[in-house]
Amino acid sequence: MRSALTAASRRRAPPRQIMLALQSTSITGTSSLVPPIARQGVSGSVGQVRQCQVSSFSTERATQLKDTIHLSSLQTDGGMSKYVQVKPHFDKILIANRGEIACRIIRTARRLGVRTVAVYSEVDKDCMHVAMADEAYCIGPAPSSESYLRADKILAVAARSGAQAIHPGYGFLSESPEFAAQVAAAGLAFIGPPPSAIRSMGSKRESKDIMLAAEVPCVPGYHGADQSPTHLQAQADKIGYPLLIKPTHGGGGKGMRIVRYSDEFAEELEAAKREAKKSFGNDEVLLERWLERPRHVEVQVFADGQGGCVGLWERDCSVQRRHQKIIEEAPAPGLSPELKRDFAAKAVAAAKAVNYVGAGTVEFIMDAATDEYFFMEMNTRLQVEHPVTEMVTGIDLVEWQLLVAAGNPLPLTQDEVPCIGHAFEARIYAERPESNFLPDAGRLLHIRPPISTPHRLETGFAEGDEVSSYYDPMIAKLIVHGKDRSEALAMLRSALGEYQIVGPSTNIEFLKAVAGHTEFAKGQVETSFIPTHSDDLFAREAVPEEVLAQAALFLTRQSELDLARIGGVWGQLSHRRFGDISEQNWVFDDTSVSIRALGSGYQVSSGEYTSPASVTLLGHNEVTTTLADLRTQSTVIPIGNRVHIFHASKHYTLNRPDPTLDDAATGTTGQTADSLTSPMPATVIEVRVKPGDKVKSGQVVCVLESMKMEINIRAGRDGVIDQVRAEKGKTVEEGGVLVMLESVAD
Amino acid sequence: MAWSTVEHLGHILSSQRLCKQSGGVSRGRATVRIARRTLIAQPPRHLVTPQPLRSLVNPTSEDARAKQAYMRAVLDDLNALRIKAKEGGGKEVLERWKARGKGKMGVRERVEALIDPASPFLELSALAAHEVYPDPLPGAGLVTGIGLVAGKKCMIAANDPTVKGGAYYPLTVKKHLRAQQIALENRLPCIYLVESGGAALPFQSEVFPDHDHFGRIFYNMARMSGLGISQISVVHGISVAGGAYMPAMSDVVIIVKNQGRIFLAGPPLVKAATGEIVDEETLGGGEMHTSVSGVADHLATNDAHAIRLARQAVQDLGAASTSNEISAGITTVHAPLYPPAELDSIVPADPRQTYDMREVIARIVDGSEFREFKQEYGKTIITGFAEIHGHKVGIVANAGVLLSPSALKATHFIQLCSQRQIPLLFLVNVSGYMVGESAERGGIAKDGAKMVRAVARAKVPKFTVVVGGMCGRAYSPRFLFMWPNAKICVMGPDQLSSVMQTVSGKRRLPSSLKQGEEDRWVELRGKIQAQSSALYSTARIWDDGIIAPSDTRDVLGLGLELAAEEKASRDTSVTGGQRGEIGADGDVGDWGVFRM
Repeated sequence: MRSALTAASRRRAPPRQIMLALQSTSITGTSSLVPPIARQGVSGSVGQVRQCQVSSFSTERATQLKDTIHLSSLQTDGGMSKYVQVKPHFDKILIANRGEIACRIIRTARRLGVRTVAVYSEVDKDCMHVAMADEAYCIGPAPSSESYLRADKILAVAARSGAQAIHPGYGFLSESPEFAAQVAAAGLAFIGPPPSAIRSMGSKRESKDIMLAAEVPCVPGYHGADQSPTHLQAQADKIGYPLLIKPTHGGGGKGMRIVRYSDEFAEELEAAKREAKKSFGNDEVLLERWLERPRHVEVQVFADGQGGCVGLWERDCSVQRRHQKIIEEAPAPGLSPELKRDFAAKAVAAAKAVNYVGAGTVEFIMDAATDEYFFMEMNTRLQVEHPVTEMVTGIDLVEWQLLVAAGNPLPLTQDEVPCIGHAFEARIYAERPESNFLPDAGRLLHIRPPISTPHRLETGFAEGDEVSSYYDPMIAKLIVHGKDRSEALAMLRSALGEYQIVGPSTNIEFLKAVAGHTEFAKGQVETSFIPTHSDDLFAREAVPEEVLAQAALFLTRQSELDLARIGGVWGQLSHRRFGDISEQNWVFDDTSVSIRALGSGYQVSSGEYTSPASVTLLGHNEVTTTLADLRTQSTVIPIGNRVHIFHASKHYTLNRPDPTLDDAATGTTGQTADSLTSPMPATVIEVRVKPGDKVKSGQVVCVLESMKMEINIRAGRDGVIDQVRAEKGKTVEEGGVLVMLESVAD
Repeated sequence: MAWSTVEHLGHILSSQRLCKQSGGVSRGRATVRIARRTLIAQPPRHLVTPQPLRSLVNPTSEDARAKQAYMRAVLDDLNALRIKAKEGGGKEVLERWKARGKGKMGVRERVEALIDPASPFLELSALAAHEVYPDPLPGAGLVTGIGLVAGKKCMIAANDPTVKGGAYYPLTVKKHLRAQQIALENRLPCIYLVESGGAALPFQSEVFPDHDHFGRIFYNMARMSGLGISQISVVHGISVAGGAYMPAMSDVVIIVKNQGRIFLAGPPLVKAATGEIVDEETLGGGEMHTSVSGVADHLATNDAHAIRLARQAVQDLGAASTSNEISAGITTVHAPLYPPAELDSIVPADPRQTYDMREVIARIVDGSEFREFKQEYGKTIITGFAEIHGHKVGIVANAGVLLSPSALKATHFIQLCSQRQIPLLFLVNVSGYMVGESAERGGIAKDGAKMVRAVARAKVPKFTVVVGGMCGRAYSPRFLFMWPNAKICVMGPDQLSSVMQTVSGKRRLPSSLKQGEEDRWVELRGKIQAQSSALYSTARIWDDGIIAPSDTRDVLGLGLELAAEEKASRDTSVTGGQRGEIGADGDVGDWGVFRM
C-alpha cells in the first residue's frame, strides 16, 4: 500500500521536468556509444532529434537546450577533421518533394548553411515543408501528375529561384532518368545518380543482366522483352508458382502481384499491367520466383563518382505488409561478420557495375534458412528507411549527398565506416491494419509524439494537418537507437507506447503488436511475418474495465464542466437530486457503464465491476482517476461519437451509440447488403457491371483507386444489379454507394 | 476576518522577501509586480467587513449526535419511500410496458435523457399521493421537476405509464397544476412527456368538473403560451380524449412513430359512435399527425430520438425562456463557515425543545453572514439580510410564539424587502400568535393582520421552508419545502384535542360515557398527530416536497436563481414586463400559439 502511494506521488512530478531530465541523459547516452570518428554525424542527427522534441514545448530552458545542441554539433564537426572538403556546398537547393523527406532534407541543408526552395501543390500550401523552406513555390493542383511530377514546372521554379541543385527526395521524380537528364540539361546539379545508372537499375530486366555479369546472384525469373500474355504465361509456368509479377519500371510495391496458381495468372497480369501503366507510364512486367520464407536485406551504398564507393552496412526490412516495409532495422540481426562484409562487397560491386554516384540501396532477398541471397533491385535514391543507417553509422546521408553532388570525394573509406549499436524505424501510416491495411485519410486532430523515450522523429505533419488521399499516407517515421538490438527494441516499444495520434486510423497499435511479438524479439523474421502471425498481431483484446470506467468518468466530468459554463447555482450543483441519487449510463460499443454521483466522488459500475471513484481533469484531455486504490492517468480525446483513450501505452477506441442512427430508416452498410459501398475515399477507375447484369458472390463489380492502390469491390452475394451509381473517374466518399443490387424478397 | 489576515500576512511576507532580494528601487518595483501575480487565490475584497454569525453548536457533542441520529433515521425512512415511489408501477410492469414497443424507455429514463448529463434535477412532490388512495399511486403517476435542458431551466412533467396507465387521479391533476403554477411564476418552458389514458374515470367527479381540475391544465397551457412561456409536448404513447389536448395545446409537438397516438376517441368509441372501423395508427398515429392533420410537428423513430428532438426544440426557444445572464454574473460565492451538513444535527427529536434559529441561518447563508434587523425588538422573530448562493435574500425566521412586537417587526422588515426588491425567505417554526388577555388587549389580532397583509402583498418572490411547525401555502410562496420533522397543523395536537374537548364539553356532560369520550379524544389526538406529519402534507401536495435540512441551502439557491432570472427576463418578455394572474379578466398576455 505504502509503495503504491509513493509510486503514485513520484509519478506526479511535473511532466516537463521529466522530459528535460530524460533528454539530457539521452544526449550523453547516445554520444558515449559513438567513437570519435563518427561523432560528427551522430551528434548531427541527434541534434535533429532534439529539434523535433524541443519544438513540442516552449520554455526558456528548452530554447537554451536547443542552442547548446546546435553549438555542440558544430563544434564536433571536428570528427571529419582529416577530411578536406574540396568544393563548397551549394548556396541554394530546390527540393522537389513534400512531406517528411522534404523537411528532413531542409533540416540538414539549414545546418550546412544551404538555403532551400520548396515546391508545393495547391492542397499542400499549409504543409510543414512549405513553412520550413526559405522559399516555396506553388506548382499546381493536388494530383501529383499535375504538380510534383511536373518536371517542367519544377525546373522553372529552380530557374526563377536561382537554385543550383535539385534534390528529388524519394518517390515522385526521384527515379526518373528523364528528369535527371533534364536537370543536367538545365545546367543544374541533380542530387542523385546519373541518368544512365537510374535507367539501368530502373529496368528490372536490364539490371539483372548487369548484376549477373558482375557476378551478383539473382533470383530465377523472366525478364524478357516479349510481353505477350501467352508468352508470359508460358514463362510463368516454367518458373513455377508461386511467382511474382512486377512492373519492370517501378518500385515501392506498386503493381506487384503474387500468383499462386496458373489459372489466376491472366487476370492478375492484366491488373498489374494497368497499375504499372498508371503509376510508371510503362506496362512492362517481369516475373520472378516468389520465396515463401525470405528475408529482405538491403545495403546502403554511397559512391562519389571519383572512384570512391562504400557500403554503409545493411538494413533488414523483412516486416512488410502489402509489399511495403513498416519496420526496418540496422544492422540485420544474425548475420555473421563474414556475411555482413560479403553483402557490403556485393552491393559495392553492383553499384560500381553501373558507375553509380550518390546514395543508393541494393536490395537482396535472403533465404532465412540457408543464408543464400539474391539480388532483387537497386533503388537509385535516398530511401525512406535511411535513418536507421544514419543512426548506426553516425553519418548524415543527406549531408553526404550534398557533398558528393557538389563534387567532393566521400569523407570515409570502407574501413572507417562504423556500425554501432542497433537502430529501428517504425513507419506510422494512416491506414487500417484490421481492414487489410487499407489507407485512411483525414485531419490529424491530436498528435503527441513520445516525450520520455529518446527517439528521432521524421514527419511532415503537425497537429491539424490533413492526411490527403492524393499522396502517400505515411504520417511519420519513428527511429530509435540503442546499444544493442534488445535495448533498441525496448525503446521502440516504449516510444510507440507514448505516441498518440487521433484522426485518421493509424497502424501504431499494429506496430506495437509487431514490436511486442516474441518472434520479432528473437530477430531474423521473414517477410511473411505478418501473415504468419496474424492471429497474434490482430488479436482483439477486451477493453479493461478501468479504461471503460475512465472513459465514463471523463465524460461525466466533462458534462459537469459543460454545466458549469452556464454559471450560477444551477451550473454548480451538478448531478444533485435532493433526496435521490443521480445515475448516468454511458454506453461504449456493447458495454454500459453507470456512474452514480455520490456526495463526494462517484460509484462506477459495469456488469460485475463496481468501484468507488474520483476524477480530475487536467486541461481538456488529461484525466487522472482513482478507482478504489488504483490511481491511473490517461489521455482522453473525444471525437464525435468516438472516445479515444491512451492508457498504459495502449490506444483504445470506444464507440458511443450514434444518435443520428435513430433518424435513419435503414442502416446496413455491409457488402452483403443490397448496396456495395466504398470502404474509403477513392476514385472509381473501372465499372464492370451495368443495371440488369447478373453477378455472382465474389465477382468484381467495380475497381477503385485510393492512395495509389487498386481496390476491387466484389459482390457480397449472388444477385442482379439494380443501380450503378459509380462513374468512371469520379471520386467517392467513404461509405459512398457504388452499386445497388436488386433486393431479394424475403 | 480570517481572509484579510492571511492577505496581510502574505503582503508582509512578500515584502520581506522583496527586501532581501532586491538591490535597487527599480528592481524592487519589478518584484512587487511579480508578487501580485501569485497563484494563490485571493478572495475578492469586501466593501464592508463581513461579520459571520457565531455558532455555539458543537457537532461532536453527545447532544448533537443524538439529534443527528434522529434526523438520519427520519431521512432513511423517507429515502426508502422515495426509492419505492421512484420505481413507479414496479420493474415487472415496466418490462411489460417496454415490450410493447421498440426502444421504449421508462419515465425516469426519459427524464434523465431529457435533462443535460450533469444537470441538477429539483424534483417536486416526489411522495405525492403516498397512502392516499386505496391502491398505491406512486408519485401520483406523474414525475415533475425542474432541470436543465440544453442549458435552459425547464419544467418537466412526465406521465408514468406504469402507474395506472398514467391516468389522472385528483392528486395527479393537482401535481400537474402545481408544476404549471411554478413554471408560470418562474417563466420556465414546459416540456410534457405524454403517455396517459386521461382522467381516472372512477374519480371523475374529483378530476373533471371544478376550477382546479383537468381542464385547468389546458387553460394554463394557453395562458403560459400567451405569456411567452413555451409549451412543448412529446407524445410517447397514448394521448386520448381530454389528454389529446395536451399535445394539441402545445406550441411544439413531437410524436414517436408507431407508438404515440393522439385522438379524441379511440377505435372502440369511434365504432360505437359512427360505425367506422379504423385502427389506432391510422386514427391518430405519428405519421398521420405529422403529415396530414398537423396535430404534431416532428416525427421521431423512438423514445430516444423524440427526447433528442425535444432537446433541439429547447435550443431554439429564444426569448421564450429565461436568460442565465444574472446567474452567470455571480462569480464568487462564499460557502457558509459552518457546513450545511451540520443542519442534520441541530433539530431536536422533541419538537417542544427549542434551538436558536441563527444556528440554522448560519448554515444556510453565504459566509454564514447574517445582517440582522431590529435584533433587540420583538425577539420571537428574527429578521435580517443575507445571501444564498450569491442571491440577496431577506430572512424572516421564527424564534418562538408570535407577539405583537414580533408581528410589527416582521411587517416592517417585509416592507423593506418589498421596497428594495429583495426576495423573502420564511423559515417557519411557530405554534401561532400569542393568546391570552394581555395579547388580545395589546391588539395581537390587528398586528398579526398587518403581518399577514404585508406577506400577502409583498411584491417580491417568497420562499418558505417549514423547519418546525405551521404552514404558509396560502400566501403563494414560489416554493414551499418541508423539513422531515415539520408539523403542519392549526395548532399542536395536544392543544387541538384539548380545545375540542373543551368545546364539546360545554355541550354535554354525561359522566357515564366519560371513558368512551376519553378514548375518542385519544383517537382524535392520534389522528391529528398523523395528519400533521410532513409525510401527510407532502402526500397531499400541500408543499413542494420534503427536503433534508442539509439540502436547504442548495434548494433555496436554485429557487432564488429561478426567481432572479424570471425577474430579469420580465422586461424582455413579450408581455412587456407584466405577469398577470391566471384567470384574471383583462390580464396581460396574448392568445398564445395556435396550432395550425
